[in-house]
Amino acid sequence: MLETIVFSLFNGVLYGMLLFMMSSGLTLIFGMMGVLNFAHASFYMLGAYFAYTVGLATGFWIALLIAPILVGALGALVERYGLRRVHEYGHVPELLFTFGLAYVIDELVALFWGTVPVPYQMPEALNFTMFTMFGIGYSAFKVFILAVSVVMFGGLWVLLKKTRAGLVIQGSLSRPDMVAALGHNVPRVFMLVFAFGCALAGLGGVVGGIQFVTDPGMAFMMGPIVFVVVVLGGLGSVPGALIASILIGVLQTFFLSVNFSLAGAFGALGIEDSGFFGKLWHMESMRIAPVLPFLLLVLTLIIRPRGLLGKREA
Amino acid sequence: MASNSSANKGSLLRLWPWVVIPIVALILPFVFTSGHSINLLNHMGVAIIFALAYNMLLGNTGLLSFGHAVYYGLGAFVAMHALRAINETATGLPLELLPLVSAFAALGFGIIFGAVSTRRAGTVFAMITLGLGALVFASSQMFTDFFGGEAGLFGNRVDAPSMFGVDYGPSENVYYLVVAWTLISAIAIYLLKKTPLGWMANAVRDNPERAQFVGYNPQMVRFIQFSLSAFFAGIAGGLLVITDEIITAEAVGQIESGVVLLGTFIGGIGYFIGPIVGASIVTYLESSLSSMTDAWVLYFGLLFITIVLFAPMGIVGVIHQQYLGMRAGTWNGNVHIRLYLLLTGLIAFFGLVCVIELAYHYFRSWDPSAPFNLMGVTVDATSALPWLVSFGILIVGGALMQLHARPMLARRLGAGSDGGK
Repeated sequence: MLETIVFSLFNGVLYGMLLFMMSSGLTLIFGMMGVLNFAHASFYMLGAYFAYTVGLATGFWIALLIAPILVGALGALVERYGLRRVHEYGHVPELLFTFGLAYVIDELVALFWGTVPVPYQMPEALNFTMFTMFGIGYSAFKVFILAVSVVMFGGLWVLLKKTRAGLVIQGSLSRPDMVAALGHNVPRVFMLVFAFGCALAGLGGVVGGIQFVTDPGMAFMMGPIVFVVVVLGGLGSVPGALIASILIGVLQTFFLSVNFSLAGAFGALGIEDSGFFGKLWHMESMRIAPVLPFLLLVLTLIIRPRGLLGKREA
Repeated sequence: MASNSSANKGSLLRLWPWVVIPIVALILPFVFTSGHSINLLNHMGVAIIFALAYNMLLGNTGLLSFGHAVYYGLGAFVAMHALRAINETATGLPLELLPLVSAFAALGFGIIFGAVSTRRAGTVFAMITLGLGALVFASSQMFTDFFGGEAGLFGNRVDAPSMFGVDYGPSENVYYLVVAWTLISAIAIYLLKKTPLGWMANAVRDNPERAQFVGYNPQMVRFIQFSLSAFFAGIAGGLLVITDEIITAEAVGQIESGVVLLGTFIGGIGYFIGPIVGASIVTYLESSLSSMTDAWVLYFGLLFITIVLFAPMGIVGVIHQQYLGMRAGTWNGNVHIRLYLLLTGLIAFFGLVCVIELAYHYFRSWDPSAPFNLMGVTVDATSALPWLVSFGILIVGGALMQLHARPMLARRLGAGSDGGK
């Protein structure tokens, strides 16, 4: 039992940190611009594919640097020539724009790289067993993912709280007109934040694409879960996103690795395995796991719409 | 947006579409006689009802839902279970009334889910609907008895009794049933729009605070509109069961929710006829484009983005604006410039299509160097010439449009007009 708990805890935190890499950018963009970027997971996917292609020529380490920059540049273009155009019409057209964008990016990725997964592998330097626990070896790459995400969180925190740029960003978040009056180019700040958020998603893709599979379906798979994280953590709150990511990561991994059902835990209690509630009572946790994040999302929005650490209602 | 006020005059002449469209609908199966096109027409009818129901939310109430297929799909599943029950006994509810079963089932789900999702509008509403959509789709793997698992559920419409003794084996007969339900739903949705509820929905969309000052509860208005919209989505779901006789969990999925959003928006959310046009176009494109080219999803996405960016009022809106402009006389003396603009736009579009088709052939085909038919010309996608020509057409067309035709039209119209296509 201890073995399973430690195992799912480690893997859960790992999965959670990957979720955080994606959701931190999304929550930053939302908190600042009020734009819920539907295409965010598509930028994550682009990160993985760019890293794969760049990595073929330069190797993993340079790709780790270049791919997020490319994704960020693309994000800047999208903001400048797409989002800014629809910004004046309100939030619904912005949502619609990013929604359509997600379609186009996913399809273009399938066009250029094909519909089957690409062989995007971890670098040789990290392909060894770092330590062994309960007879299961953990590769150095998993530890590397953790390190990247921790550095990213630290960097974000310092950037937002300790630097002048962070001050401007925070100011534009709540009082854009005042910041503009002080002489800052708020649209450009928006563009940079959007690009930065996309680059963070791209960085998540660079490591996530190796950990999972790099195929055109990865955005569609991750997209909704990232939304859940952002809402659960509180829209616009980076620490909230961190907590929510780890929470969801651990919970989902736990549900997948420990197979239990209410009937198994509390006994059948004379409840038949038929009918809606009977089925629920006897449902294995493995089959509940995919539903879990969305259940959390709906519950959050009903019970506590501002999320765990959000300052204002969504 | 302005469609409500303009249709206010009680003149009976304004109702001509309600006479012309049904007549056209009744004639269509004599023009398109193949089974494939009848089937396509059936799907169009279903899509039209669904899109009209969806526009009760998006256009009339200003609620952007990313999970409306939940009601369409769940309604369809309930109808499928009802159909199977009828099949077993060969007696019971006539097939004509099956959409009512799904409609009331969808209404029930709409009331349950609507109670939690309509508290807020805007982005929160969009997210809750997204979450609910994902929740229902993910639970289709949990409740395989209800959703039929991977294979879905089958039913048989022929074994069901009919109210009028019609044999629903041939799809032509189903077509008239679809037309009847489409008309009934369209009229009901249109009339609902003219009720105080419909007007309040518009008020809540435009300014919830002021609606509240008048004494209405915006949340309640949203909730009622949402439930009614779910009801009509359910009718569409029931008809889908009758036309296809099979239903899979895809029907509640995000893709289905996305398609209805695309269709409604492409048509134009500010016009009653917008979703009808949009749903027809999208259904037609989905069926015919997907057999013509692999790139149809890309075309879809590009069309949608173009409309969001440049024509947020949709296709019907663009046509209506041009029509108003023509009546107001802004077309006088510049028709040739407009035609020139349209021509350059079409040239650019043609170039873009050539580029995309070449790219698909080059990247996707087993053998990119195999001779390939591009717009009637057999080309080799690995040689440079077709690429140069395609990009050339695209760039020349685009440059003429942006740098010559549009400024020309803008100069003619005076400052402040953006021309349009």
